[in-house]
Amino acid sequence: MTSASKGSKLHRGRNAAQTRDTYAYEDMNMDGGASPNKLEREELDSVVIRFAGDSGDGMQLTGAQFTHSSAMVGNDLSTFPDFPAEIRAPAGSTYGVSGFQIHVASHDIMTPGDAPDVLIAMNPAALKTNVGDLVDGGLLIVNEGAFTKGNLKKAGYEQNPLDDETLAAYRLVKLDISKHTLAAVAAFDLGTKEALRSKNMWTLGLVLWLFGRDTKNTEEWLGQKFAKKEVVRDSNIAALKAGHAYGETAEMPTGVHIYKVPKATLSPGTYRNVTGNEALAWGLVAASKLSELQLVLGSYPITPASTVLHALSRLKNFGVVTFQAEDEIAAVCAAIGASFGGSLGVTTTSGPGIALKAEAIGLAIMTELPLVVIDIQRGGPSTGLPTKTEQSDLFQAIYGRNGDAPLPVISASTPGECFFQAIEAARLATKYMTPVMLLTDGYLANGAEPWKIPSMADLTPFPVEFAGSETPDFHPYIRDDETLSRLWPRPGTPGLEHRIGGIEKDRASGNISYDPENHHLMTKMRAQKIANIADDIPELGIEEGEDTGDLLVIGWGSTHGAIRQAVRRARKEGVQVSHAHLRHLNPMPKNTGELLRRFKRVIVPEMNNGMLVKILRGEYLVDAKGINKISGQPFKVAEIVSAIHDHLPAS
Amino acid sequence: MNAPTQKLTRKDFTSDQDIRWCPGCGDYAILATLQRTLPALGVSRENTVFISGIGCSSRFPYYMDTYGFHTIHGRAPAVATGLKLANPELDIWMITGDGDGLSIGGNHMLHVLRRNVDLQIMLFNNRIYGLTKGQYSPTSLVGLRTPSTPMGSIDAPVVPASFALGAGGRFIARTIDTDAKHLGPVFTRAHEYRGASFIEILQNCPVFNDGAWSHVKDKEIADESQLRLEHGQPMRFGENKGLRLNAKTIELEVVTIGEDGVTEEDILVHDESNKSMALLLANLEPPRFPIALGILYCDTDAHPYDQAVHAQVEHAKATSKVDSIDALLRSGHTWTVE
Repeated sequence: MTSASKGSKLHRGRNAAQTRDTYAYEDMNMDGGASPNKLEREELDSVVIRFAGDSGDGMQLTGAQFTHSSAMVGNDLSTFPDFPAEIRAPAGSTYGVSGFQIHVASHDIMTPGDAPDVLIAMNPAALKTNVGDLVDGGLLIVNEGAFTKGNLKKAGYEQNPLDDETLAAYRLVKLDISKHTLAAVAAFDLGTKEALRSKNMWTLGLVLWLFGRDTKNTEEWLGQKFAKKEVVRDSNIAALKAGHAYGETAEMPTGVHIYKVPKATLSPGTYRNVTGNEALAWGLVAASKLSELQLVLGSYPITPASTVLHALSRLKNFGVVTFQAEDEIAAVCAAIGASFGGSLGVTTTSGPGIALKAEAIGLAIMTELPLVVIDIQRGGPSTGLPTKTEQSDLFQAIYGRNGDAPLPVISASTPGECFFQAIEAARLATKYMTPVMLLTDGYLANGAEPWKIPSMADLTPFPVEFAGSETPDFHPYIRDDETLSRLWPRPGTPGLEHRIGGIEKDRASGNISYDPENHHLMTKMRAQKIANIADDIPELGIEEGEDTGDLLVIGWGSTHGAIRQAVRRARKEGVQVSHAHLRHLNPMPKNTGELLRRFKRVIVPEMNNGMLVKILRGEYLVDAKGINKISGQPFKVAEIVSAIHDHLPAS
Repeated sequence: MNAPTQKLTRKDFTSDQDIRWCPGCGDYAILATLQRTLPALGVSRENTVFISGIGCSSRFPYYMDTYGFHTIHGRAPAVATGLKLANPELDIWMITGDGDGLSIGGNHMLHVLRRNVDLQIMLFNNRIYGLTKGQYSPTSLVGLRTPSTPMGSIDAPVVPASFALGAGGRFIARTIDTDAKHLGPVFTRAHEYRGASFIEILQNCPVFNDGAWSHVKDKEIADESQLRLEHGQPMRFGENKGLRLNAKTIELEVVTIGEDGVTEEDILVHDESNKSMALLLANLEPPRFPIALGILYCDTDAHPYDQAVHAQVEHAKATSKVDSIDALLRSGHTWTVE
């Protein structure tokens, strides 16, 4: 699968064989008076860079800062942080390697890139686990200083790969980053261990130089972050500048250019970088404003959802109440209690948390209370791959409760879309008096993209009206004829005192009922209420390509970028293929079946073992085929291009 | 906050639903006493909410003409906490039992108590699972034969009041279902308390565990087996008996005034604010000791959780420089494309 993705972008016109030996570059002695570097800049329309090191090496920070500087020069970008579940795995081990991949481009991109063009490996383990992804002829920068006997052994190298032909396919730049960092911060009188902490900043300085950027933004950031720790601030800035200066003054070998990625042409507006979890938190606050409801979040820490809890805990100035509960069940129950009280109850979690909340979600379905449930999916089942991404909670979201218990399920396709889908979830929950499940995933949660910032004035308010004291013949299951939604009576309202609960209620009085006919009708009614939402959501459109033809690629959630790029690429090759993407998964848009049947073939890429594909087959009787990847990693564009070719009808 | 416009009576708090507890169930007495007590508390129907879990006792909300939510097994503390956070003006009573509150919901009970959420928590302790037809519960005594323990229970029971104190509960009371004169005033004190007030009610299940409390309740022996605590009053019971602290063993001991030189001066005086004493009292059990009834512990210095949560929200509102969502979205680094 990976072979198809290999291609050299930085290296057009050369092939790997020609590069052999040509680019191996020995570290130079800075004191030897290297001449200033006057290399020509090579202009590229896109480049993929990956930073890889020990989980304690600060690679996520380095990546985030490079992301920031790329946004500042106006590149489009997409990132993919990939880190281990262990906070500090044993140093030098392959399972402790933390990576951060960023794709910067002068045009609109939608994925963090298939394979890195540039790889920075801070130790042998990072090299071992990442070099296989580097494109042939790609630029490989390694911290030679970390290639000690011990580290080589921990990474499983019998001999030093820097000394033999192992890396001959790449343009290898060997630098003793450790030594250079120690020299750069020598003036600060730090211990060796502490001094070496700055080696990520030295590396960042070098990479910033490589892409023709200055260090100003990062210096400002360091100044703010370590405002009260002067030595830490100044030593990091010194290392950063030294790395940058090294690039300027050192003599780089033939083939190592300064790369320039011109500004992307994005539509006019104000932009910022945003991760999915940030966008989600802000979307919930926006939903609180648009609905005129107090937001009450019940949540329990779980990867990769915790940062939503963190973000909302800092937004109390918007009236947000956050409650870190004793467990997942208490978290959802507190949110349900808040909704009963007339607030917007929200709970955020990942797959294992949804499993624990299932009974309580059923209670909210039975009592017809609004509730927003957010599942930031990760690899499963059980603890699974907590820090990796997957889409394998779709069945759990749609079907995973006792009894006939339908609820609306929606998803976000990009980090920025998390903002709008949080609002959509709250809109549906309050309008239809139902829990709503919003699915995102670890890839969206942590990945960043430039986001055109919306204005609140452009968003449609949906103020909630509670049942009033004067409601005639009030009982808790009085419904709106059109939406079938029950009234929302708020405790504290005189005259509306009532009791609800998990036991089936009589449709005409709201009292407990074990009447067989009533249960049949109430079950049908609850299902119809959710089915009716299909009339309240946009029809399924075509994102790319014609609305009829040989092949449709249909997906949901975070696979959006990879599918879109793959379809574009295949179309450039002359293939007739289209892309549709579902954002409402239950109920689906009304025209879904009709749209599917306009294509001769349908394929469904998913990061699971085949879920949406089974629903489409079951609901619409189309012979859709699954393209499944369950590795904890997002799809590569090339993988989907290859699947498109495999599934084209024979002409 | 919770003032009715006209004087309410027991009838105003009685819903139109037929009560479905078994004849002779202790729950009837508890319901009647609470319905009689509420009017005197000056509360309104619309601001009063009953939240329950699952079990016989948890049907309670359906019989109260107030707001009510019959939730799921064990989770009433969490639902009640969320409701109180959403609207701290509400006056919330939580109804649970020994199985609901100490078995499936034991974790939530621990946390609602340590957080000190402003609720009245009524735990009906009948030492049995009634609704599922008579299995042993976490308060059942060792040796109890039930459908799931045909050879007798081998689980050591939990003492609810002791658990609640250990969890950090600040108001701990114990009372008896059919003793309206004791029950009513305990409800009143619990309602006055700002924080989580925990009331263990010794309740009889006539069908599956009849007489579970007869060794403390029966009229003939009640005087000898019940210690009725009154703040500032000596801990006396029976004809001439009282409790004394044995300073060597740091244990309580039963003494008789007039015997072995014991005088009234030797008898301990109840102090509701003394937690160490409350822990000793909570664990007293017949036949060696009387069971302690009344307010075992009341810490008036503690602050309710819901108030602290909203104080932080108000502080953030008053001090934040980001005053709109538009400003929030534009905080930090942004750039403009022309």
